[in-house]
Amino acid sequence: MRVTQGTFSFLPDFTDEQIHTQAQYAIDNGWAVSVEYTDDPHPRNTYWEMWGHPMFDNPDAAAAVFEVNECRKAHHSKYIRVIAFDPSPGWESIRMSFIVNRPKDEPGFRLIREEKEGRSIRYTIQSYASDRPEGQRYG
Amino acid sequence: MQEAGDTLMDEEKATAPAATVDLAAEFRESGVKEILDELDRELVGLNPVKQRIRETAALLLVDRARKQLGLSHQTPTLHMCFTGNPGTGKTTVALRMSNLLHRLGYVRKGHLVSVTRDDLVGQYIGHTAPKTKEVLKRAMGGVLFIDEAYYLYRPDNERDYGQEAIEILLQVMENNRDDLVVILAGYADRMDKFFSSNPGFRSRIAHHIDFPDYTDDELFTISEGMLGEQNYKFTPDAEAAMREYIEHRRAQSHFANARSMRNALDRARLRQANRLFESAVGPLDAVALSTIDEQDIRASRVFRGGLDSDKPGSPKA
Repeated sequence: MRVTQGTFSFLPDFTDEQIHTQAQYAIDNGWAVSVEYTDDPHPRNTYWEMWGHPMFDNPDAAAAVFEVNECRKAHHSKYIRVIAFDPSPGWESIRMSFIVNRPKDEPGFRLIREEKEGRSIRYTIQSYASDRPEGQRYG
Repeated sequence: MQEAGDTLMDEEKATAPAATVDLAAEFRESGVKEILDELDRELVGLNPVKQRIRETAALLLVDRARKQLGLSHQTPTLHMCFTGNPGTGKTTVALRMSNLLHRLGYVRKGHLVSVTRDDLVGQYIGHTAPKTKEVLKRAMGGVLFIDEAYYLYRPDNERDYGQEAIEILLQVMENNRDDLVVILAGYADRMDKFFSSNPGFRSRIAHHIDFPDYTDDELFTISEGMLGEQNYKFTPDAEAAMREYIEHRRAQSHFANARSMRNALDRARLRQANRLFESAVGPLDAVALSTIDEQDIRASRVFRGGLDSDKPGSPKA
C-alpha cells in the first residue's frame, strides 16, 4: 500500500529535477529546506530523523537535491522527505513537506480493534513493517 | 515512479531546436557586453586577463548557441585557476566572473562564496568532510572562490586533513559540474607545486589565467581612482610624491600591488587628518578637507628605506 502524506501526496514520485524546482520555490520564499528520513510509516509519526541541519543559508536548491541523494545512498530503503520551514511567524512552521524516497515494498497497515468496557470498540492502525525492530523493517 | 518524469523530459526534448542563432543578438541580450565593458572601464591594466575573459565569454556564448541548435549537450568545464602576485585583482575579477557566468546562464544564482583553508579543513578527525560539504552546498548555484588554494595541501604532514577536503572538492567538481564553478587562486609558483602534487586538480581545471603585476603608471591610476571614490584628490606636488612613492615601494619587501596602494592612501589620509587637526586655525572648506598634500605622502617610512625591521643589517626591533 502506497503511503501518501504531505504536499503533492497524490502525484507520482518526483524526479530530481522536480525536487529541485519545488525546493527552489521554497528557498525563493525564504523558507529553509531540510531533509528527513524514517522507517516508521505511521501517519502520526511527526518527528522523523534529521539528515543534517536545515539549510538556512543556501541560495540554490542544488544543495537540497545533493543532500537528498546523499541520504538515499545511506537510507535507500526508508522513507525520505523534504520539508520547508517558514520562520516568519516567529517559530519554525512547516509550509511544505513531500516524500522523495520510499521503500520498494510497502506492506501497508493492519486495523486493530480494541474491546472496551460496554462493548464499545476503539480502532487503531499499525504498519505491518513495524512488527520488526527499527532499522530492519524494509529489506 | 521514475517513468513519469522521464516522459515529461522526452516531450521537452521533442520540441525541435531552432534552425539558426543570431550571435550578435545573443551577445547584446545576454548582458555579457555590459559586463565586458564594465571590466574594461573599471579595471586598470590587466590586459592579458581581460583578453582571456573575452575569449572565455566568446567560447561560452558559442557553446550556448550550439546547445540551442542541438549540437552539444554537455556543460563545458568551467573551473578556473587565477595565478598572480598579491593585490593584482584576483578576487575582484572572480566576482565579475561569477556575474558573467550568471548572465550566460552557466550558474543559476551567480553569488560568490570566498573561502580559504580555514573554512574547508576541520580541526579534528571527522570534522573536515561535513565542513567542506557545508561550504560546497552554500556555493551551489554560484562560484566558489578558494584563495591561496595551495595551503589545502601540506606535504610535510601526511596526516593533514587538507587531503580529505581536496578529495571531496575533486569529487564535487566532477559530479556537480552543473551546480557550481570552482575558482582557485594563489601565487603562480606555489600553485604549480600544488598542481604537480595533485594532478587530479590540474586536469579538472580548464582555464588558467595569469595576473601580471601592475606597472607604475597603472598603480598611480589605481590610487587616483581609489582616492576619487572617497572624494579625495592629490595636489600636483602630491602626485609627483605618489609616483616616487610607488617606485620606492615596489623595491621594498611585502609589496602587494593595489593593496599596498590602498594601505598607503589610508595612512596618507590619517596624516592629512592629523595635519588639519594640528595646523588649522579657522574654519575649513570642503577643498581643504579633501586634498592630500605632498607632505602627507612624503612623511611615509617608505622614503627612508621601509620598515626598520626589514632593512638589511638593522637590529631587530
